[in-house]
Parts: sequence; structure tokens; C-alpha cells
Amino acid sequence: MRRGPVLVLLLVLVAAAAVNVAVGAVPIAPGAVWAALAGRGEAATVLIVRDLRLPRMSLGLLVGAALGASGTVLQSTLRNGLAEPYLLGVSGGAAVGAVLAVGAGVQGVGALAAFAFGGALIAIAIVLGLGRDRVGGRHPGSLLMAGVVTGAFANAVIMVVLAQSTPTAQRNALWWMMGSVAAARWIDVAWLGGAVLLLGATLLHFARQLDVLALGSDTAASLGVRADGGAMRFFVLASLLAAATVATSGLVGFVGLIVPHVARSLVRNGSSRSTIAVAAAAGAVLVLAADLMARVVRAPSELPLGAITALLGVPFFLWQLKRAR
Amino acid sequence: MISARHLTLRYPASARDALHDVSLQVEPGVLTAIVGPNGSGKSTFVRALLGQLRPASGELHILGKPAGQWTARELATRLAVVVQREEPAFPMAVRDYVALGRHPHRGLWGAETAHDARCVASAMADADVDSLAARRTDTLSGGEWQRVRVARALAQETPTIVLDEPTTFLDVAHEMACFELLASLAAAGRTVLVVSHQLNLVARFAQRVALLSLGTVAAFGDPDDVMRGEILERVYDWPLVVSRDPAVGAPMLVPLRRHRQAAEDRR
Repeated sequence: MRRGPVLVLLLVLVAAAAVNVAVGAVPIAPGAVWAALAGRGEAATVLIVRDLRLPRMSLGLLVGAALGASGTVLQSTLRNGLAEPYLLGVSGGAAVGAVLAVGAGVQGVGALAAFAFGGALIAIAIVLGLGRDRVGGRHPGSLLMAGVVTGAFANAVIMVVLAQSTPTAQRNALWWMMGSVAAARWIDVAWLGGAVLLLGATLLHFARQLDVLALGSDTAASLGVRADGGAMRFFVLASLLAAATVATSGLVGFVGLIVPHVARSLVRNGSSRSTIAVAAAAGAVLVLAADLMARVVRAPSELPLGAITALLGVPFFLWQLKRAR
Repeated sequence: MISARHLTLRYPASARDALHDVSLQVEPGVLTAIVGPNGSGKSTFVRALLGQLRPASGELHILGKPAGQWTARELATRLAVVVQREEPAFPMAVRDYVALGRHPHRGLWGAETAHDARCVASAMADADVDSLAARRTDTLSGGEWQRVRVARALAQETPTIVLDEPTTFLDVAHEMACFELLASLAAAGRTVLVVSHQLNLVARFAQRVALLSLGTVAAFGDPDDVMRGEILERVYDWPLVVSRDPAVGAPMLVPLRRHRQAAEDRR
């Protein structure tokens, strides 16, 4: 592991988190922000810092960490650098669940999350069912293909649902499909935090099996890891992690695709555990930076978070790709 | 010790047996080879050893226990396998790759012990890949990658080792070195099974040879008994003669040109 760059990444993460709390539509002096964090100063300032900016920053951090970790695990499990929750139809399934919930007027993060999880689980079941080959095994290529078509189907379902909705509901759903942490509340943070902690810890616990699974099913078996059962566990856990972010923040694309490659270039020793941890930190940095841009560039109006992650992430990824050659 | 008795294997959704009524033993200290034409079931036998394919009938025992009854991790501490094809999804340093051979011993959280490090170092020395330690796996030549994979299997420190075509892509010197290594592992009391298309090397180094043909055992025994012209000609469906290796006197196969006259006419 390249300790220098990883240390720099962690410092950037802390700085990005601090700037996200310090900067916003309403200008507040750094000293006042600090005081507000401790609960001192004007009531309005305390409210903005503690109940708007802090949960927003926390949610952005968690969304980025979850998507970075999820993408890393999916890429190793399916042995493909293009695998990510969005492409695999998992986010799409979660989105269908959430859009249906919004359309039906369901309120509250718990209920919305339940719908998103339900949608994601159905998508996972379809992908695993379609990806099963004649021999009864699941070839990574077949799973990827099954994911892509499931995602396309999910998109079609969303279009149909949106076409039947009122203009207001359409606008809400569209904003949500472009991803946002703008409306973050502490309940969302608690909910996603719990999911990230539980699923992330489980993934980290089993991570060493991923090192071996990335070598292919026969070699994995010769090193004591049965590919089918092992890969399925990682696929489901990583998918649920991505679904949890969809429930709280909508579809934030590209993080799960780009961040794992950055993390791998920093870790370099093939350790999935280190790569997952570094990808979580890098994902958090990307989403925090994107969210900062989303609300600063055209303040006081906001730009969609999912678009900014792509606008920031893609040039960085291309630069890295060129540098690695 | 590996023992197959009347073993029949069939892939799901396949109309014919991949292996049919195969009986053979691989004993400790006896370098044993499986040879045979493409599609004769050699790699299928290896996959069955890994528990990737369950016997349709008959028995396959590893160290006295049915292959399917070992847990994956128990088996990996007793049987190391270099499969025919393997490509890591993402590149890593050679030393880190070889260290994955210690995975079954280390488990999910075990740190690398001094013993692990010694096993990795000696495996890399034995497979002659010391000098590649810091190279990335995606920068290796075909032959280097083969040797690195053999090192990973050696690092598993198992009493039984199975290699499926380990000399593919190797030059003459490394081919010889590979078979010498396998012979020395067997001489040290390990159970060694090699699947190979290098019939002359097999004849020279192996003490027992199983010749597979269309999923059945065409011959099993000493190289002198198996490497006979009439048997090989029939199994490979190609004209050949078996003479004697001038250096050590082992059977030596020389394939002939089927259209010899036509070829000579063209000259």
C-alpha cells in the first residue's frame, strides 16, 4: 500500500468534510461555524450548521463511502472493472421501488427505504436467476449481462410510472433520480449510517475471500473458497449497500465505477480489505467535493449531485487511465 | 494419496460422460502423470479433485476421504492445484500473488507469520521466480506467469500437489527445471500428479503414467508399459514411432508426417 497518497487522501477527506460544513448558501464566518457546532451563537446559525449542513455533509460522506465500497466489491466479485451497482441494475431496482413509493405518496425514510430495498432485492433475484447458466454455476459475464438488461428494464418501468404521474411528482422524482443529499435529515444519516456500518463491517470481515475469488472459480476453490456461494454473498451484500444509498439520496452515478480503480492504484498489493477501505474514503471525498460544487457554483440554486460526480469523476478517471499507461 | 475407483463424471446438461469408469492411484513419492489427447478428460479429473464436479458414480478419494466430503478450506491445506487457465481480474505484485497460497492457512484475519514468509520465500526460490517478486502479474511473459503460479501452489505447503499442464509456454530449460522440481517433490515423499502434453518429458521423469482416451483409461502403469507405439498411435490417431531417448534410455515418441510422400514430392 502506498502510505503517502493514502494519508493525503485521508487529510483531503477531513478537509472536504470541514469545508462542506463551513461553506454554504448563507455565508457564515469560520469562527461562528465553530461556535455553532458547540451550540453557541445565533439560533439561526446553530440551526443551519447543526441541522442542515452537518447532516448533509454526513449523508454525503456515507453515500460516497457506501458506493465506493460497493463498486469495489462488485468489480472483484464479477472480475470486471466495469461492474458497479448502477450498471448491474441494482440501483435501478431500488429506484423503481422508491419511485413507486413516491408515486403512491409514501412518506418517511423508513418506508421509502423499505420500498427501495424491496426493489433492489427483486433486481438481485432477477439478475442471479438470469445469470445462472445451464451448468448451474453463475459466470461473471452472464451476471453482468443480466444486470445490464435488468437495469434497462428498471429504467423503462420508471419512465412508464413517471409518465402517469402529476407534473409535481415528476419533478420530485426527476430531482431524486439525479441524486441529492440536499434534504438530508439526521434520521437519514442514522439510517444510512447503520446500514453502512453493518454491511460494511460484514464485507470487510470476509474481504480476504475476495482476494482469492478475483483469481477465478477453479483457483479460488484450490485456495479454499467455493466461488458460487462466496461470490453470491458478496454480490448480495454489496448490492444492498448500494440500495441503502438510493433509499436516502437517490441515484448518484459513477462513484461505484470510478472510485475502485483509484483505490486499487493506491493500494496495489491486491488486498481487498485495504482497497475497500480506501475506496470508501475516496468515494466520500468525491461525493463531498461534488456536493460542495452542486450548491456553490450557482448558489443559491443547486445543481444535481449525480451530474457533478460524473463531471468531476470522469476527467479524473481519464487522467488516471492515461497516467497508468 | 489420490485414488479413483470406477469414477464416472458427467457435466450437467451433457449427453455423455466426461470420464467413464476411471480407476487410477497417485501414491506419495511416485511422480504420476496423466496424458491423453485434447478432450480426453484430463482437466475434468482435476476439477473433480477440487470438488467442482461431483462423481455420477464410483469413488474419488483424497487422503482416504471422498473429495466431496472435505470442506474447501480443509482440502486447500492438503491439496494444491495449478489449474490450466487462470487470469487475475486485477494485477498485483508477484510476491503478493504467491502469498495468496497461504490463504487457507491464514484464514480471514490471520496476519502473515514468519512461517508464512518462509514458505513464500522458499516457494519462489524453488520455482525460480525470486527475481520477479516486485513485478506486476500483468507484465509477466507466459512462461514467467506459469512459474509464478507453480510458486503459489508450492507456498500452500500441501502434502499433495496437482498441476494441469504446468509447462505450457515454458522454454526448454524451464520445462526441464519444472519436471526436475516435480520429481524432487515426489522424491521428498509428496503426492504429485501432473497433467501434461509433453510425452517425452513425462516418459523421462514420471514413474507412473495414466493415458486417457475419450474419458476412459487406455493404459495405466510404468512409462515403459504405457508409452508403446501401438497404444499411442491408436489413442492419438496419428502415425508415430517410439524409440529410446539417447541420453537416459527412456521411451521417446517421434510423430511422423501423415502425408510424408506428398510432402517429399513438394520438395
